[in-house]
Amino acid sequence: MQRRQARLGWLLLLPALAVVAFVAIYPLGKTVYQSFTNQEFLAGIEPTKWVGLQNYRDLWHDTIFRQSVWETIKFTLITVSFEFVLGMIIALVVNSNFKGRGAMRAAMLVPWAIPTVVAAQMWKWMFDDVFGVINDAGVRLHILNHSVAWISQPSTALAAVSAVDIWKTTPFVALLLLAGLQVIPRDLYEAADVDGASKWQQFWRITLPLLRPAILVTLIFRTLDALRVFDVFYVFYGNRPDTQTMAIYAQSTIVSDGHVGYGSAISVAIFLIIGIFVVIYVTFMRVTEE
Amino acid sequence: MNTVAEARRTVERPVSRGHWLRRTPFGRFVTKLPFWLLIAAIFVYAIFPFYWAIRSAFTPESELFRTPVDYFPRHPTLTNFRDALNTSVFQHALLNSTIVAGSVTLISLAIGSLAAYALGRFRFRGRSAVLYLMLSMTIFPQIAILGALYTMITRFHLYDQLGALILSYMIFTLPFTVWVLTSFMRGLPGDLEEAAYVDGATPLQVFYKVLLPLIAPGLVTTGLLAFIAAWNEYLYALSFIQTPNKYTVTLAITTFQGKSGFQQPWGEIMAATVIVTLPLIVATLVLQRRILAGLTAGAVKG
Repeated sequence: MQRRQARLGWLLLLPALAVVAFVAIYPLGKTVYQSFTNQEFLAGIEPTKWVGLQNYRDLWHDTIFRQSVWETIKFTLITVSFEFVLGMIIALVVNSNFKGRGAMRAAMLVPWAIPTVVAAQMWKWMFDDVFGVINDAGVRLHILNHSVAWISQPSTALAAVSAVDIWKTTPFVALLLLAGLQVIPRDLYEAADVDGASKWQQFWRITLPLLRPAILVTLIFRTLDALRVFDVFYVFYGNRPDTQTMAIYAQSTIVSDGHVGYGSAISVAIFLIIGIFVVIYVTFMRVTEE
Repeated sequence: MNTVAEARRTVERPVSRGHWLRRTPFGRFVTKLPFWLLIAAIFVYAIFPFYWAIRSAFTPESELFRTPVDYFPRHPTLTNFRDALNTSVFQHALLNSTIVAGSVTLISLAIGSLAAYALGRFRFRGRSAVLYLMLSMTIFPQIAILGALYTMITRFHLYDQLGALILSYMIFTLPFTVWVLTSFMRGLPGDLEEAAYVDGATPLQVFYKVLLPLIAPGLVTTGLLAFIAAWNEYLYALSFIQTPNKYTVTLAITTFQGKSGFQQPWGEIMAATVIVTLPLIVATLVLQRRILAGLTAGAVKG
């Protein structure tokens, strides 16, 4: 019986495993292999041959790549911290009982349901330097002295693009944290009230420690997402060099320039950088658990 | 006598500030005011950009490009919607995206529910290894395999074909489907299954006659999430599709050409935005509770 179950189990898994092997595992191996070659998309420019670590050596000295890594990390730090702090505040507010909580939760799902590309277009229009609502509202409320070219101006470009991601993702972060908040038993707070603990103490001593698993999972997911960001930046800036992320640099190297070998090396580097972040988070999680 | 004394006591006691704030309805309103302002601010923050897309979609172009900006369309019009829907690229894009996202969802559900049945209801060696593999696939960065996929797709003559997208989108929809459906399968009680086996049913009959109907709500939710993910995809569509008539909605929305070519046709773009997004928002709101359960099964419990 056991053996028959095992055989049937693997049989049922076969289609799924075959698809995953074909569209994910094999391409991953192939990308790593290609990263050691000088493959070009247009055959005939140069015969494809093994070049060893040459691509990685070039990558190390590639200033555009370095800039794209730095841009992506800045974006990640900005968006993840804003999303976490704002999301936490929203989760705490929505967690208290009030009329219209259901409507509130529904409203929070709206940004999540909007495709990133579409959200980016909506904000691009809102950021318009002449007819955009952000400039208009800013000037009317005397926050701005004059209209700002948010997107084309290098000093505000990163903030503008971050604003889209923060808007789209904060409600989702809040919903994940809210799910974590709701499993904390109420009597803990009642006991703390009896003992005379203030709301502030209760937050630091009860809420935060018990929320830690939800917080860590949310942070990991958000960080990984932010590190591979592509859509928002591409819609806002195309492949404008000063606002390229790692993913955009890889994509344009492979698809627009046709340097498949070198582009594959960039892809592998992105994979490793994301891997480093995962390792940091996981060890951090272990350390704090002990 | 008693009540008179009580009444006098309340009258005589000086009304402190705390009392006034807690006793009178107006006072309660004042103490609650910051809370409600915060709620309102969060609400407006979440909704306003979508409202702005709607208001721009209904505003005629002559009013759209004028300062100061109107916060409500003065002469609402459907012209932008008509223009957007009459664009051949956008029409094709709606159809293409439906084909791609629909096929990806159906294939993922079919293959994924079989796998979830094995992972959720059977005990065998290697099961948790497969589960971990699927979980790690859900956070797989798509850009990491673009180089190889690009060469594979040209070799199979799928470049500039919708098939390229159906194939490559499985990378993110299938592992996710397997993972979420497994958690649904695990949550089912064992007695029904046992009763069916006693009656002489085969495992496959148990699967589609007993278990599948039970997880139907889970299939709907998971299917919707997979559909949304495929509908929203941009990176692979941008890399593997070239002909405008094969564009998906995300590609179409970023390449809208105005009639004049001087000014971006923001009215039309926003109308297209609303058309593309509205079905997703409606479906999300209808299935709100289940989506939250599905998402948290995929993320928090992971």
